[in-house]
Amino acid sequence: MKKIILVIAIVGIFGTFVAFQNKQKIKDLISGNESRETSEESSASPMMQPSSAPMVGRYKDGTYTGTVADATYGNIQVQITIQGGKITGINYLQSPDHPGHTTEVSNMALPLLKQEAITAQNSNVDIVSGATQTSQGFMVTLQSALDQAKSSS
Amino acid sequence: MPVIVEILGNPSSKIFQKVFAYFEYVDETFSPYKAKSEVTRINDKRLKPKKASDDMKLILNLAGDTKEVTQGFFDIYQNKFMDPSGIVKGWAIQKASEIISDAGFTDFYVSAGGDIQTRGLNKNRQKWQVAIRNPFNLTQNVKVLRLSGEGVATSGTYERGHHIYNPKEELNDDIVSLTVVAKNVYEADRFATAAFAMGKDGINFIEKQKGLEGYMIDKNSMATMTRGFEKYANSK
Repeated sequence: MKKIILVIAIVGIFGTFVAFQNKQKIKDLISGNESRETSEESSASPMMQPSSAPMVGRYKDGTYTGTVADATYGNIQVQITIQGGKITGINYLQSPDHPGHTTEVSNMALPLLKQEAITAQNSNVDIVSGATQTSQGFMVTLQSALDQAKSSS
Repeated sequence: MPVIVEILGNPSSKIFQKVFAYFEYVDETFSPYKAKSEVTRINDKRLKPKKASDDMKLILNLAGDTKEVTQGFFDIYQNKFMDPSGIVKGWAIQKASEIISDAGFTDFYVSAGGDIQTRGLNKNRQKWQVAIRNPFNLTQNVKVLRLSGEGVATSGTYERGHHIYNPKEELNDDIVSLTVVAKNVYEADRFATAAFAMGKDGINFIEKQKGLEGYMIDKNSMATMTRGFEKYANSK
């Protein structure tokens, strides 16, 4: 299983170098909506652009590095960039297919699934499926980075 | 656990009574909160699993199968305490749905504790519209699914007051809700339970399974979905 995941990750990396010729397509794929209010990426450090994360005012602009956390096949560590109070970029400094040393890896090495900020829907519905209460939470690397951003604002 | 049933086609009160009586039976047998349930008696060592009812033995077998196929992330045992709620709910809703369809009804849904089995169409002759609740604001819905025959289950951090624990004790508690759509609610429930225990990797696990689609919400209000998920959100 680990080998398969590693192969998929490596194929993913090669695939993204090709796909990276068309940055806009990738932004569409990841943000999944019309708003293009994202910062420009530098080719040296590819960034993911989450769509309109609702965090205005809570986080101070800057770059923050989360603590190293233990993921299933190795360590993971993210570095986030906040601009205008929103997350504008996420870098994986350590990811499970590069154990033991810090590497800037395109986050596209991990499976590309569409993301969106949740928004209230106004339609009539027949039935509701739902989670109940919110999480207590353990500290993980992203939360660690966000906490640093928040405490410095 | 609140149970909601809607049946089209002029059902008499008899079928509803049958369904609710069935859920009563499930609760009496499987509730870890009832002193006389088989689950409690097994945990107290007053009942040996091999002397338990057929349904209890079936659940234990299904739980074992589910543990294997989810690489141990689904596990009804925690510190020697057995709680099969993460599989009983979906299984019971499925059984209740069979009671209704055996009685000849084709358009209905059964909802219990946030998990739902749909069949046929609603009164407007459209697929059943099932909303996913906003885990941060329970008065809001954040996604509307259109289902006819599928089952859907949502796992959140608290279910009936007890944790969905992570049997592997990894630091994976940064997601608050994971919804799975499957061909039936039994599959949806057991895989939603397992995938939630995997934290952020849960959605990738669902993506890899054939026949399952998922929608995961993290603590920052960001949702991640499997590639086929939107066919349920956009279909009519």
